[in-house]
Amino acid sequence: MFDFALNNAWLIPLFPALAFGIITLFTKKMTKLSVSISIGTILLSFVLSVIIGIGVIGQGDTFLEHPYKAVVTWFSMPGFSIEVGTLIDNVSVMMLLVVTFITSLVQIYSLGYMHGDPGLARFYAYVSLFAASMLGLVIAPNLLIMFVFWELVGLCSYLLIGFWFGKISASAAAKKAFITCRAGDFGLLLGIILLQINFGTLDLQQLSVMIPNFTQYTGLTAAGLTAIAIILFLGPMAKSGQFPFHVWLPDAMEGPTPVSALIHAATMVVAGVYLVGRILTLFITLPSALLFVAIIGAFTALFAATIAITQTEMKKILAYSTISQLGYMMLALGAASLTASMFHLMTHAFFKALLFLGAGCVLHAMHNEASIWKYGGLKKYMPVTYWTFLIGCLAIAGIFPFAGFFSKDLILEVTFAASSLSGHAQGPFPVAYTVLFLMAALTAFLTAFYMFRMFFICFHGELRSKEVQPQEAPKVMTVPLIILGIFSIISGWVGWPGLGEGQAFGYFVRLGEFQVMEANWLLIILSTLLALLGIGLAALFYWKKTFSAQAVIERVPFLYKLSYNKYYIDEFYLWIIHHIIDKCGWLLWKFDIYVVDGIVNGFGKMAQWGGTVMRKVQTGQLQHYALIFFMGIVLMFLLLSFTGVHSPAIGLMGGAK
Amino acid sequence: MIDILMDKFLTIGLEHFLILSGTLFFIGLFAVLAKKNVIAVLMGIEIMFTSVNINLVAFNKYTAAEALLTGHVFAIFVIALAAAEVAVGLALIISIYRQRTSTDVQDFDWLKW
Amino acid sequence: MTMAVMFYIIAFVTLGSALMMVISKNIFHSALLMLISFIGVAAVYILLHADFLAAVQVLVYAGAITVFIVFGIMFTMKGEPRKTNPFSQNAIPAAVLILLFIVINAVTVIKTVWPFSNIAPPETTVKAIADLMLTKYVVGFEVTAVLLLAAMVGAIVIVKGVKKSS
Repeated sequence: MFDFALNNAWLIPLFPALAFGIITLFTKKMTKLSVSISIGTILLSFVLSVIIGIGVIGQGDTFLEHPYKAVVTWFSMPGFSIEVGTLIDNVSVMMLLVVTFITSLVQIYSLGYMHGDPGLARFYAYVSLFAASMLGLVIAPNLLIMFVFWELVGLCSYLLIGFWFGKISASAAAKKAFITCRAGDFGLLLGIILLQINFGTLDLQQLSVMIPNFTQYTGLTAAGLTAIAIILFLGPMAKSGQFPFHVWLPDAMEGPTPVSALIHAATMVVAGVYLVGRILTLFITLPSALLFVAIIGAFTALFAATIAITQTEMKKILAYSTISQLGYMMLALGAASLTASMFHLMTHAFFKALLFLGAGCVLHAMHNEASIWKYGGLKKYMPVTYWTFLIGCLAIAGIFPFAGFFSKDLILEVTFAASSLSGHAQGPFPVAYTVLFLMAALTAFLTAFYMFRMFFICFHGELRSKEVQPQEAPKVMTVPLIILGIFSIISGWVGWPGLGEGQAFGYFVRLGEFQVMEANWLLIILSTLLALLGIGLAALFYWKKTFSAQAVIERVPFLYKLSYNKYYIDEFYLWIIHHIIDKCGWLLWKFDIYVVDGIVNGFGKMAQWGGTVMRKVQTGQLQHYALIFFMGIVLMFLLLSFTGVHSPAIGLMGGAK
Repeated sequence: MIDILMDKFLTIGLEHFLILSGTLFFIGLFAVLAKKNVIAVLMGIEIMFTSVNINLVAFNKYTAAEALLTGHVFAIFVIALAAAEVAVGLALIISIYRQRTSTDVQDFDWLKW
Repeated sequence: MTMAVMFYIIAFVTLGSALMMVISKNIFHSALLMLISFIGVAAVYILLHADFLAAVQVLVYAGAITVFIVFGIMFTMKGEPRKTNPFSQNAIPAAVLILLFIVINAVTVIKTVWPFSNIAPPETTVKAIADLMLTKYVVGFEVTAVLLLAAMVGAIVIVKGVKKSS
C-alpha cells in the first residue's frame, strides 16, 4: 500500500483537480453534490498523504539522501528537457500532510461559514483547484513545474480573494494581489531562465549537486550567481509577503475568512519559503545572498510587527502577523537552517489557521462588523472560540509548552548561532546576524504584545457594540477549531530539544548533517521573558487598563500615524504608478502612434506615392512612347558597343549568344 | 593619309548610300517624334519608307548582285505597301478629324490613365 | 569624279529638302518639300542603275502619294496656313536623339566590313524585274494586289462610317 501510494503520488494533486473540473463543468448548480465532491477528494488526498507520510517517516532519513522521483519527459530539445512528475522526500511529505490536513479542515469549516452563499459551488471549485495547485507545487521535481503551479496558486488566490466580485474593494484587492505577485514572478522567471542557461537543467536534485561546484559547471563568478539568486528571490519575496512586496496581503483579507485561513496564513504564502528551502543550496553557496534573505526576513518581521500594534481590524492584525511570521521563516532560511524554517512553517500553519478560523467565528457572530473596538467580552458568548483562540495566541507568542515556543525558539537559536554573540559563527557576516538577532528578539516581544492586545480587546471587558447579539458558532465550525487547537499544542513537541535520531523534527527535515539540538537555556529564558513582557504589557493596557493607550498615542502622534497608515507605502506605490509608470505608458503610446504606426502607414503612403508618380508615365501620347522606344534602342546599342557581347549588362537584357 | 580620306570621299561606294538613306530615315523619324500636325507625322513615315527603299537597292547593287534584281522587286512591294498605308492612314485621320476637329497629335490621348 | 559630284549634289538636295520639310512650320511648304525630296530620291535610284524603280518612284510617290497628302491637308486644315505645322514639346529631346542616331549609324556603317560582290548589274532592269516578280515572287505579287484592294475598301469604309442597321 505504501508502494502504491509512493508510485502514484501524482494522484494527490489530481483528485482535487478532478473535483475542480467536475464542479466547474457539470455540478455547478447542484451545491450539495459539489460540496461533497470537493470535501471527498481532499479527504482522499489526505489519506494518501498520510500513507506516504507513514511510509517515508518510517524509513528514517533514507528519503533525504535518495528522494523518490517519478517523472516522465514532457518535452525535450537539444540542451533543454522538462520532466513532469513527483519528487517525494521528507520536506515534501511534511508539506503534503500540512496542506491536505488544513485544506480538509477549512473546507469543513466553510460549510458553516459560507452557508447560504449563492456561489458556494464555485467557492469549493476554487478551493479544490487551489489544493491541487499547492499540492502539485509541493511535489514538483523541477523549477519549471514548480513555477507552473506557482502561477496556478497565484491565480487561485486572485479568484478566491475576489470571490465576492460584486464588491469593488474585493476585486481591487484581488487585482493588487495578482499584480504584486506578478512583479515578483518576473524576477523568479528571470532567475529560472538564468539558471537554465547557466546550468543546463532545472531539476532540483541535479541542481543541488551542481550548484556547490558551480565554478566547474558554468563560467559564472560568485557575484554573478549571487545576482541570479537575488533575482530569483524576488518571486518568493512577493509570494511570501516580504517587504516591499507585502502590500497585497492585508488587502487580501477582503476574501472570505476560510480563504484567508487557508491561503494567506497556512499554505500559499509559505510557497515562497518552500521554494527558497528547496533551492537552499544555491543560497548557502553564496553567503551574500543568504545574508540578503536573512535581512529581508528580519526586516519584514519587525516592520510588520510595528504596523500590527495599531491596527483595528481583526483580520488585518492577523494579516500583518502572518507577514511578520513569514519574515521569521525567511530569517531562519537566511541563517542556513532548513530545519528551523520548516518547523516554524508547520507550527505556524496550525496556529495561524486556528486564529483565522477563530476570527471567522467572531466575524460570523458579529455579523461582519470588522473593527475590534466594537467587540469586547466575547468570552461569555463564545466559549469554545475563546479557549481555542487563547491557545492560538499563546502559541504565536511562544509560551511553553505550545507549538510556537519550540519553533520560534529554534529560529532564535539558529540566528544566534550565526551571529557574533555565539562565538562560533561560521559565515562571513556574524555582526550582521547579531543585528538581525536583536531585531528578531524585539519582534518576538511585539508579537506577543499585539496578539494579546487584540485578544484582550475582543474577548475581555464588556461588549461595546449595542446592535449585535453574538452567539457561538455551529459545531461544523468549532470542531475544526478544536482539532487545530490540539495540533497547535502537540505539533511543537517533535522539536523538543534533546531528541535524537529517528525522533527529532530536525532529523527528518534538514540540509546537511544531523545535529542533536541542545537546549540553550539563555535563549529559552530570554524568549519566554520577552513573551511574558509583551503579554503583561498588553494586559496592563487593555485588560486591567492601568495605563491608557490613548495617552501613549498622544505622546507620539507621528509614530502612531506612521504605524496606523502602514508607513504610507501604498500611497508611495500609487504615486510611483501615477507619475512614473503612467507617464512611461503615455510616452510609449505616443511612440506607438507616431513611430511604429508611422512606419507601417509610411509603407502604404510610399506605395500610394509611387503609384501617383508612376501613373504619370501613361500620358497617352504616342509620340512619347515612340521617343522612349527609340531611346531604348540607343541605350542598347551603346551598351552593346561599349561592353561587348558577354557582359552582365547584356545579361540584363536577356543575354546574347 | 589625306588621299585615303579623299579617296573615301570621292569614290562613291556602298557606305555613302547607306549613310544617305540612314540620315533620311532619321530625318523622317524626327518628323514622327517632334511634329504636332498628324499629317506631318504621316509625311515623316513616308520619308522613312523611301529611305528603306534606297537601302534595299543599294545593297542589291553592291553586295547581293547574284540575286539579280531581288532588291528592286522588294522595293516595288514596299512602294505598294506605302501607298496602301497612306490611303488607310489618311482615312483614319479624316475620320478622327470629323469627330474631334483637331489634327494635333497631342489631343489623341485616349490611352491615358 | 563626276559620279561623286552628282552624288553629293543629289544627296544635298534630298537631305536638304527633307530637313526643310521637317523644320517648316507651314504644312503646305512641308508637302512641297516632300515632293522635292521624293524626286531627289528618284535621282538616287538612277545613280544606282535602277531606272525602272526611279520611274515607279516618281509615278507613285511624287505623283500619287504627294497628291494624297495634299488632299489630306486640304481636308483637315484649320486656321492660318503659316502656323499649321508647329513642333511639339518633345522636339528637343527628339532632336538630340536623332543626332545621336545619325552619328551611331554613320560610325557603324563605316566600321562594318561589307562583303562586296563584283557582278555587273543587268542592263534591262524591267525584264529582270518582271522575270523575278512573275516567277519567283508571284505569291507576293498577288498578295500585294489583294492588300491594295483591302486597303481601298478599308479606307472607304473608315471614312464613310458604318451605318447602324435599323
